[in-house]
Amino acid sequence: MSHILLRHRDIPDIKELSVYRANGGFKAFQKAVTTMQPGDVVNEVKASGLRGRGGAGFPTGVKWSFLPGNLWPHYVVANADESEPGTFKDREILENNPYQFLEGLMIAAYAVGAQEAYVYLRGEFESIYRQLNACIARLEEAHLLGDQLFGTDVRLRIYTHLGAGAYICGEETALLESLEGKLGQPRLRPPFPAVAGLFNKPTVINNVETLTNLPPILEKGADWYKSLGTEKSPGVKIFCLSGCVQKPGNYELPLGTTFRELIYTWGGGLAEGRRIKGIMAAGASSNIIPADDRALDTPMDYESVQQNLGAPLGSASVIILDDSVNMAWLVAKTTHFFKHESCGKCTPCREGTFWMAHITERMMGGKASPEDIDLLKNVALQMQGKCLCALGEFSTMAVVSGIKHFRPDFEAAVRGGGKAK
Amino acid sequence: MNTILNDYADEVQAILARYPQDQKRSAVMPLIHLVQARDGYVTKQAMTEIAEIVGISVTDVASVVGFYTLYHEEKGGRYHLQVCTDLPCALRGADEFLAKLCENIGIKVGETTPDGVITIEEVTCLAGCHHAPMFQVQGDGAITYHENQSVDSALEIIAELRRKAAAQEAE
Ligand SMILES: Cc1cc2nc3c(=O)[nH]c(=O)nc-3n(C[C@H](O)[C@H](O)[C@H](O)COP(=O)(O)O)c2cc1C
Ligand code: SF4
Ligand code: FES
Repeated sequence: MSHILLRHRDIPDIKELSVYRANGGFKAFQKAVTTMQPGDVVNEVKASGLRGRGGAGFPTGVKWSFLPGNLWPHYVVANADESEPGTFKDREILENNPYQFLEGLMIAAYAVGAQEAYVYLRGEFESIYRQLNACIARLEEAHLLGDQLFGTDVRLRIYTHLGAGAYICGEETALLESLEGKLGQPRLRPPFPAVAGLFNKPTVINNVETLTNLPPILEKGADWYKSLGTEKSPGVKIFCLSGCVQKPGNYELPLGTTFRELIYTWGGGLAEGRRIKGIMAAGASSNIIPADDRALDTPMDYESVQQNLGAPLGSASVIILDDSVNMAWLVAKTTHFFKHESCGKCTPCREGTFWMAHITERMMGGKASPEDIDLLKNVALQMQGKCLCALGEFSTMAVVSGIKHFRPDFEAAVRGGGKAK
Repeated sequence: MNTILNDYADEVQAILARYPQDQKRSAVMPLIHLVQARDGYVTKQAMTEIAEIVGISVTDVASVVGFYTLYHEEKGGRYHLQVCTDLPCALRGADEFLAKLCENIGIKVGETTPDGVITIEEVTCLAGCHHAPMFQVQGDGAITYHENQSVDSALEIIAELRRKAAAQEAE
């Protein structure tokens, strides 16, 4: 089957505007602007069942409909911060199929009546930022951006904003702070961005992959989109497969594909002689799922992963762990990450990530005692439910599930046998 | 004299034009990127000039510089070679790669080579996990990704960066 999002894999030069247009590019945007009311676009996207691909899986059309009609202007912000360890899908879209992403952003802006949209890119995407600026300039020359689009009174401008290295800026309110020239620290909610977002105005924030789905949805219709994936999780998803597999990479597959199919049919399985031990489905923010048959046969959609395995699918950044991996070593990696990335605004997260990283370092340095395993678990449990944003919660997932399912790994680490990989 | 306004009058106007007129503060990050591309790091003088352009205090500019990892307050090597050792890369040998690379060029993580060309740093995920070991090179106002690396290929890249630095020195 040909790709819906990673179309450059079928049409190599699609990052050229002429090639993108020759393959139907900007027809969906034109159709929206010239034949549909903004509300019709919102309804079509609602009917498609598209859910946010940035992690939370919230229905996109529903989110758009929260913007109040009596407060203006409205803004749309594309979240191109992609920093979750194990996630590299937005980068592939932005590098290779930038116009489909931009067309999606333009459709979203039209749907919510925004005349200005921003793309917030992580600072490391500096070369993508340059390319995107060139794409935007080309769209302005082609009168696909600017005033009086297609002879109507619709106008739209897109601006880019380059971050400078901070995972937390992927969190939507921290992203808005950063876009306003402040430290990237999450805001207290309410008010929600839908009411008071960028520059205190009603704002929609959508992930790059979410937006890239919009042109095909408008072009082929909600019914077509719903024919893919599962009933509650329609459509295709880019699964980022990494870690201990033969063929790590991005795989665009229908939601509801099993872990087994992703890992063995597409990912080439594990290295000769290795057995699968665990799976993290949502990057470093995941629970560690023991990779038994039940897990392998679970369909990767928002409901099934949660119901069967008690873990969120998140951004579908699937990290594979084989039997050479000691989970105490793994947790030392993830806690180090979260300690580094905690923005420091609230005490439970700032202190908790510090202590978790401290204890796991002690374990890996062979200086821990057996009591440190429960100490680590208790620090994590005490953080849960007390943090201002989800990062704090994320930092505890691997710790708590790791100790629960793989306690012998931690005992081995304490005894001095924890070095792995 | 404001050297940023002086050196980059057009660029500064273009940056300010991206944000509403009463939201000049948003320009602070792009302006920091601009001076860092010129100077290699962000000097106190530059912070003062940026504060003047966007109308916030120097302390506010300094706290933004301090918050984000890609901004440097001190003059490091001309190029920052930043190796990702986060979990997915580490599962594919990133830690060993970094250790061997450091051994080969004779500096530790966080240090700069005696010729001042390369600073080696360890960073978190760069969205290139499927192509580990990988690193980025930050310098001359740009960032370049290098993926599917071996110690040998990385040493070649370092040699190339040294040639580039020497050629620019000679100019
Ligand atoms: C710590 C943290 C990091 C996040 N990082 C990202 C990110 O890199 N990219 C992204 O699109 N969403 C990220 N999110 C989710 C965003 O807050 C937001 O939900 C999302 O961009 C909404 O877009 P969607 O509805 O299209 O998914 C992150 C959330 C948290 C709590
Ligand atoms: S939970 Fe952590 S990252 Fe989130 S606001 Fe608190 S300190 Fe910052
Ligand atoms: S973990 Fe290294 S690039 Fe993602």
